[in-house]
Amino acid sequence: MSVQRLTPSQTLGPFYGFALPYEDDSIIVRDGDLHVTGSVYDGAGQLVPDALIEILQPDGRGRFHAEGFHGFGRCSTRPEGHFAFTTVKPGPVAEGEAPHLAVIVHARGLLLHLHTRMYFADETEANATDLVLNAVPEQRRHTLIGEATEDGVRFDIRLQGENETVFFDV
Amino acid sequence: MTPYRRDGLEAHPDRDFPDYKSTRLRHPKEPLVVLRDPETELTQPVLGAGPIGPLDDNLTRQHPGEPIGERIIVTGQVRDGNGIPLSDQLLEIWQANAAGRYAQAEDAHPAPLDPNFSGVGRCLTDDRGFYRFTTIKPGPYPWRNHDKAWRPAHIHFSLFGTAFVSRLITQMYFPGDPLFPYDPVMKSVQDDAARRRMVASFDLDATEDQWATGYRWDIVLRGPEKTLFEDESGMQS
Repeated sequence: MSVQRLTPSQTLGPFYGFALPYEDDSIIVRDGDLHVTGSVYDGAGQLVPDALIEILQPDGRGRFHAEGFHGFGRCSTRPEGHFAFTTVKPGPVAEGEAPHLAVIVHARGLLLHLHTRMYFADETEANATDLVLNAVPEQRRHTLIGEATEDGVRFDIRLQGENETVFFDV
Repeated sequence: MTPYRRDGLEAHPDRDFPDYKSTRLRHPKEPLVVLRDPETELTQPVLGAGPIGPLDDNLTRQHPGEPIGERIIVTGQVRDGNGIPLSDQLLEIWQANAAGRYAQAEDAHPAPLDPNFSGVGRCLTDDRGFYRFTTIKPGPYPWRNHDKAWRPAHIHFSLFGTAFVSRLITQMYFPGDPLFPYDPVMKSVQDDAARRRMVASFDLDATEDQWATGYRWDIVLRGPEKTLFEDESGMQS
């Protein structure tokens, strides 16, 4: 088999709002009891109203592809820069791993999307030993940990600047 | 988990590309944290977007009338970096109409909307990895990046591949477009050969007599390091 050269990435541009969102795209689990909300900010602290957030997660027992569970969701930040998902808290994928959501950020002005993760503030013990979190400089680790709210978790994403979110080279 | 290939990733643009002004405040300045072979990101997303409708791959048949413009067929094969065709892959496309106007309220370009054209398509690749859309050739359109800034005609493509790390959003361009040398989005891909891989070819085989011209555009997504054939153990992993 021959080695194939990759097709390069390009930004999704400003005008995807009529195309990529679909009905219930941000409902990963219907009637799920975890509400993940957040906002996306640029390097000037301004809201990013044309980003697209995508999440991949396992089910509550840490399983991907369990029957009836697709684990994928999408939410546009249009028109004001905010997103909201309905889901369940994921279980740990493997022993010794802290529960987390895998997050992709697309936006106008991002020529190649970004990978980040959201971890949970109430998993202090698991977070302390998680290999991925431990690979992140300690002073930046907090940017990956969602903040508990009344009915879920808040996870703001800062593309640049003070408290810039940790993004991964995967 | 089977690791995913890292060779060839340099084909992608740098996120910091000053000629494209919107990158300025939207690219991270801190170094990315390296994750090697993370199980979550090496998992293939199962999409909950529901079934594909019968007209989703024909953007000229989604309204009562025919859209204005040059009817085209865009087809190609989706493969991974090992050359393996990827079947059952969801493709989502979106584009401006023949006059260069998107069917989105925020698009203020004073070109006509076409009531018979939405510019949104979806399909799945067949068992040989091929997709095929019938659509209208999009027009170029102006933007505010710099003086006399016009985007070359393009169709946006979104694909998932076999893992979250294979995710790709990109743009397909048309051969011979005179706007290429002036477009910072396209020029953000700095390697000539890589940039050419975003340009479709006119394809007589895909062309239909008395109906539509054809364009061929193959897409290569990031794939695993080892294929089943190469796996020395002979075990399916």
